[in-house]
Amino acid sequence: MTSFWSLWISAITIAVIAGCLILVLHTRRSEVHKETTTETMNHAFDGIEELDNPLPRWWFNMFIITIIFGVVYLFLYPGLGNYKGYLNWTSYNQWEAEMAHADEHYKPVFAKFASLSVEDIATNDTARQMGQRMFNNNCAVCHGQGGAGAYGFPNLSDKDWLYGGDGAAIKASITNGRAGAMPPWGDIIGEDGVRNVTSYTLSLSGQEVDAKAAAQGQTTYQAMCVACHGVDGKGNQMLGAPNLTDDTWLYGGSFAQVAHSIRQGRNGAMPAHGSLLSEDKIHLISGYVFSLSD
Amino acid sequence: MIKHETIEKNISLMILLIVIVISGGGLAEIVPLFFQKETTVPVEGLRVLTPLELEGRDIYIREGCNVCHTQQIRPFRAETERYGHYSVAGEFVYDHPFLWGSKRTGPDLARVGGRYSDDWHRAHLYNPRDVVPESIMPSYPWLFSDKLTGEDTVAKMEALRIVGVPFTDAAIANAEAEVKGKTEITALVAYLQQLGTVMSNRR
Repeated sequence: MTSFWSLWISAITIAVIAGCLILVLHTRRSEVHKETTTETMNHAFDGIEELDNPLPRWWFNMFIITIIFGVVYLFLYPGLGNYKGYLNWTSYNQWEAEMAHADEHYKPVFAKFASLSVEDIATNDTARQMGQRMFNNNCAVCHGQGGAGAYGFPNLSDKDWLYGGDGAAIKASITNGRAGAMPPWGDIIGEDGVRNVTSYTLSLSGQEVDAKAAAQGQTTYQAMCVACHGVDGKGNQMLGAPNLTDDTWLYGGSFAQVAHSIRQGRNGAMPAHGSLLSEDKIHLISGYVFSLSD
Repeated sequence: MIKHETIEKNISLMILLIVIVISGGGLAEIVPLFFQKETTVPVEGLRVLTPLELEGRDIYIREGCNVCHTQQIRPFRAETERYGHYSVAGEFVYDHPFLWGSKRTGPDLARVGGRYSDDWHRAHLYNPRDVVPESIMPSYPWLFSDKLTGEDTVAKMEALRIVGVPFTDAAIANAEAEVKGKTEITALVAYLQQLGTVMSNRR
């Protein structure tokens, strides 16, 4: 702050407080009656008269106390321009002290579990509970309490994993995020193509479908879909391509829903949390997630 | 000294004295902020909104999101642990009006950008209960069918430029084409996904 503004703020603040003090003292001194009286102020409006009573003492004292409070406050805390206050307090160094205090308490706790593997955290009750609370705060918004998932948001409590379910893969998913990349095929293979491939896809998990459509769909599948989903439809965890032979469906397993996924594509995204959460926390959350399907 | 009665019976004098008394706080606390580096210089990396994000911001205002959600993280550990780096004045230099809000019925949104996927925001705004079962937030299904016309986007950007938001001529020239025909949800999600991304820290 420039010294002009510092001076400006200080001058106005002090003038206002001094003004209040002068006003209070002046009105006190100029009171005609020092005690409660029956005499009036000698003016009447609509027949209503005002008694010439002094300001009640407790009221006067309250004014004085607030003025003293203000002066003490301005001495202790920053209020007068560039003056930092006797306590040298700022909201930021209060925050830093709070953080340092918390670090002192929680750093050793985190450090204790940092040496455990993700798999071992899953079996350590304290570590797992810590991970659970952080999961509920940060992850449950999409993945649900207990990791049950929702339409479009993977269930973490089953054995089915898009990008792998070992400790390292879970940690990588949380830290770096994931970006699903199923392209839209509607314009490329046409509406008939979508129907045929849907039939074939559903047949992979043993559902009853139109055999002729499925046979035609298989040809298209072998040309277009094998690169990610594999010849046998078992998927590819390197790419996050789901296994099509089980009955786990992120976006629904009805004919219409699968057809929609093929027609429009899917781009489910897991945001990267490496820039949001510390490594220690991600480590514990990974352990909790691992424990959900273990 | 003026007598009590003189002030009471002279309305012009009373108004004048009232203005003097109540201006003290404003002159000391508000006026200097217009001239401080902390409040007038944007933080490093702060960019202006794209036309689509700007339309999203206006939908945010229209739907009253700021009534239940604040956009201001205070420097307390409890808040920075949950929401991220505390807010600083330089982040809001291009905000007209500020959308700080004053009451948290829902969580703070100052750094919601990038926290959730676009799909999550869409699902959540269509029906919050679909993803957060205990949520009391209203549903906003009309955002998915209502489309932007873009007819006043240019006027909005020019108005904001007058009050100091540095939109480029090129951005303004393309603004209408950029937003026309897009759904309102696309604009709102675009606005939400950039909130607070200029600053970050690991919690």
